[in-house]
This record gives sequence, C-alpha cells and structure tokens, in this order.
Amino acid sequence: MTDATMTEFALPRPRAATADHPVARALLTATAMFFIALFLLLPLITVFAQALKNGVSTALAAIVEPDALSAVKMTLIAAGIAVPLNVVFGLAASWAISKFDFRGKSFLITLIDLPFSVSPVISGLVYVLLFGMMGWFGPWLREHDIKIIFAIPGIVLATMFVTFPFVARELIPLMSDQGRDEEEAATSLGASGLQTFRRVTLPNIKWGLLYGVLLCNARAMGEFGAVSVVSGHIRGQTNTMPLHIEVLYNDYQFVAAFAVASLLALLALVTLTVKTFLEWHYADEIAAVHKH
Amino acid sequence: MSSAGALALPSTSWRTRSALPGFGLSLGFTIFYLSTVVLIPLAALIIRPWELGLSGFVAEVTAPRVLAALKLSFGAAAVGAVLNTVFGLIVAWVLVRYRFPGKRLVDALVDLPFALPTAVAGIALSALYAPNGWLGAPLMWLGVKAAYTPLGVVIALTFIGLPFVVRTLQPVLNDLSRDHEEAAATLGASRLQTFRRVVFPALLPALITGSALAFARAVGEYGSVIFIAGNLPLRSEIAPLLIIIKLEEFDYAGAASVGVVMLGVSFLILLILNGLQALMAKRR
Repeated sequence: MTDATMTEFALPRPRAATADHPVARALLTATAMFFIALFLLLPLITVFAQALKNGVSTALAAIVEPDALSAVKMTLIAAGIAVPLNVVFGLAASWAISKFDFRGKSFLITLIDLPFSVSPVISGLVYVLLFGMMGWFGPWLREHDIKIIFAIPGIVLATMFVTFPFVARELIPLMSDQGRDEEEAATSLGASGLQTFRRVTLPNIKWGLLYGVLLCNARAMGEFGAVSVVSGHIRGQTNTMPLHIEVLYNDYQFVAAFAVASLLALLALVTLTVKTFLEWHYADEIAAVHKH
Repeated sequence: MSSAGALALPSTSWRTRSALPGFGLSLGFTIFYLSTVVLIPLAALIIRPWELGLSGFVAEVTAPRVLAALKLSFGAAAVGAVLNTVFGLIVAWVLVRYRFPGKRLVDALVDLPFALPTAVAGIALSALYAPNGWLGAPLMWLGVKAAYTPLGVVIALTFIGLPFVVRTLQPVLNDLSRDHEEAAATLGASRLQTFRRVVFPALLPALITGSALAFARAVGEYGSVIFIAGNLPLRSEIAPLLIIIKLEEFDYAGAASVGVVMLGVSFLILLILNGLQALMAKRR
C-alpha cells in the first residue's frame, strides 16, 4: 500500500478513540463558556457599563475630582515603596536559596509563602496589634509623635505584607532551574559578585523578574482588605483607590465609584495582557510553574 | 594537603561552601526582611489573644456572633470550592482538550480574579446581583434573593477561587499521556468509563490541591464579599469583617482571637488535605 492510498483511507477516519463524543464536547464547551461568561465576563462588563452610564464626561469628572486624585497618589506611593522593596527582597532571597546549599532551605521557602495563606484583613490586623493605639509599640510611638497606623507608613507596611512573596516565589524556582554554573564560570574568570549578578544572572532572569514585578504591582495597587484595616479611611489623606471606591459606593455615588473602579479594571486588563504576552513569548525564561 | 582535599572546599556544619559570593549578605537580608515584615507581626497576632486567658479566649470565639461569622466564612468558602471543583474541571478540560475560536482569550480571562482588585470585583458583583441588577432582577423573578444573603457570599467566593482549580489542573491535564486512554478504549471501555477509571484518578491529586487553594483563599476573602453580603450580624457577616468591627471597638484581643481561630482552622484543613494527598500518592 502506498502512502497516497494510506492518506485516502485515513481522511474520512471516524473520531479517535480518545476524542470525546461531539455532543459531550458541545455540552462541556457550552457549560465552560457559560460559567466563564457568568462569573468573569459579566462582572468586568458591569464595571465599565456602570461607569459610563451617564456618559464619559461624568465618569471623567469623578476621576479628576481632588479626593480621587489624592487616592491615586496614595496608591502610587504605596506601590512605589512596597514593590521595589519586595523586588530587592525577592532578588536576595532567590540568590541565597538558589545559589547556595544550606540547612532549613525548604522551611525558609515555606515561611516566604506564608503571607499568601493569611487573610488580607489579618495582614492589616497584625500591624495594628504592633503599632496601633493599644498595640505593643503604641504608647512609645505616641510619646514620640510617630504615626504608623492611620497614616502612610501603615498603608505601605500592609501593602508590603500582602505582596511579600510575589517576586521571590517567581524567581526561586527559575533561578534554581538555571543552576549556578554560569555564575561560577564568571567568578572564576575574575568577575566581582556585583558584576556576575549584573552581567550573568540578571539577563537570565529579566523576563521572570518582570513577570513577578507585574503581579506584585497589580496586587499592591489593588489591595483592599489589609489597607482598609490600617488606613482609618481619612478622605483625601489616607484613602487609596480601592478605599476611595468603597467610600463612594457606601455614599451611593455609584457612577463615581465605578468610574474610579474602571481605572483599576483597566490596570487589571493591562496586567493580564502583559502577563499573557510574557507567557507566550518567554515561556522558557519565566518559572516552569507558569508553562501550560 | 592532598589535591583531593584542596578540591573539596571546607564545609561548615549547616551549609556547603560555594565559590559564589554574597551568601551572608543575601541570606542575612532575607531573614531580616522576613522577620520584620512577616514573622514578628504574625507573632503579635498569635500572642495577643492570650492576655484574655484561656477561658477568656474560648468565651470570645464561642460567642454566638463570632461562631455565626466563622461558620459563614468556612461554610461559604467550602460551597464555593465545591462549585469551583466541578466547573473548574470542566473549564480546564475544555481549555486543554478542545480547540475553538477565542480559546486563548478565554484562557487569559481565567486569571481575572487574580488581577482585578477585590473591591472592584465586590461592587461589580453587588451591582450585578442586586434586586434591580442584570442578574439580580431575573433571580428575584424566580424568587431567589442573591445579594445581601449568604448566597451572595457564596457567589463572591466562587468568583475569587475560580483560577486556582483551573490553573492547578491545566499543566497536569497537558502532561497526561493519551496512551492510557487509548489502551482503555482498545480494551473496550466507553469514553465515560475511561474518564472515570483512568483520567479522573490521575487528576484527583491536582483537583484536591486546586480546591484546597481556592478554599484557603476564600476563607479570608474580604473585599469582594462585603459589598454583596449585606453584613447582617448572625446571618451574612463574614469573619474578616468581624475582625474589623472588633478593631474599631478597640477590642484588640478579641480581633486577634478571631484571627487566630481563622488561621488555625485553615492550617488544620490544609494539613488534613495534604495528608490525604500523601495517602493517595502512596496507594497509587
């Protein structure tokens, strides 16, 4: 039998033994799409539909209003401090964990992941217990006129806590996979530690690092529960964007609330787009856990 | 010194020496930062409730309002996790096994609950399911009140947990070799039998991990829930909200007590699930 006849026989082939029945396939696809539309697409559309209910200009007016702008500024400050600190931490932790062997390593990794398994509200609560009026350091702080809770430092700390693992947990598996041969080669050729890191390690991890920063930043700008506990909700002063949304919503200013919310929803869409782009194009250079 | 001895770098008891620099600095900073930001604050949480004494702690966490809130948070999280297990399996299956237009877009959308700030999700769900909302109105017509009831809490917690099951299952489904399924088909198994006997057991550990992650996340969830929950004490008030209420009353020890119970029960459940998984791995 020639190859040509093989193909002729193969073409009208019945469905493979491991393919699902067309009816089952259609039903499953429909169920999945219905579930996604109901739980993901509709809420997303709602945000923009509600924001634009009274026209673009009303929505814009709610965004450029002073309290809203102050909330945007507050969010940028919190993310602007928390994200770089967590990047430095993520780099240090993954360098120590992936380039050296020491006892207690897996325990250390568990501890680094800890903030992910803690409720956002508890993440804020722990700082109130330390620095709040009746917290461990509360009296001392009041004596020295230092405000942490209901002020910017508290918001930054709470944001740091909830976004703590993002960069580290992205870089640790990636750098462990890459091993230490290249760095050892660089060092043996006389490169200093800093040179090795800048010229060898950083180029190898840059996309993974960007991936971690992206997720870290999205969470930092969007965090609500933890920040809500420590901020005190002082309008125009300690309100971040998510907190400002809550204030507006509870004031029945729905259109304004959704207008500010649509800004954060846009940030989420940009985050998802860049994230998907990184997963498609740099699959090998981001941690193996994301390759699917 | 022999040449072999020179090659093997001297090693201290708890770590192997490396030729690379920066161990002390990087590990030192890691431990310092971890302790300051995470460990010391968490220690404050664990120590604080005991100023009430054991009996005070027990009285605090068995008060009817606290018990109702804990029951709602854990119960609704469990229902949400079950819903996500069923639908997450279907979504993962469809995304891995079938090809259809827009598949990549749908795949990217699955991560939305990770990326969308919880407060945004909260007000969106609340507007959707409110009695005059796009979904709330038809539901009201059917006689179901979703927003401002425990059902609303379940809806929000299902939203928040959705990506965990799908994202845990996808790589496992991708790696699953078709050989076993082909063998089962050759031996005369129907497609459903093959799924039940061959595919499902292989997916089960990942399915359990995924639902456990969704559950753990949902138990502590705050932002996406409080707008849709209605927050009626004893009925639709979740445990994290109760912590905030106690803090506003300067009842630090009470707030910490609720927090400790939430953490403790969550860890216990995760521990049991981990044990279950280890048991299954042994039997396979």
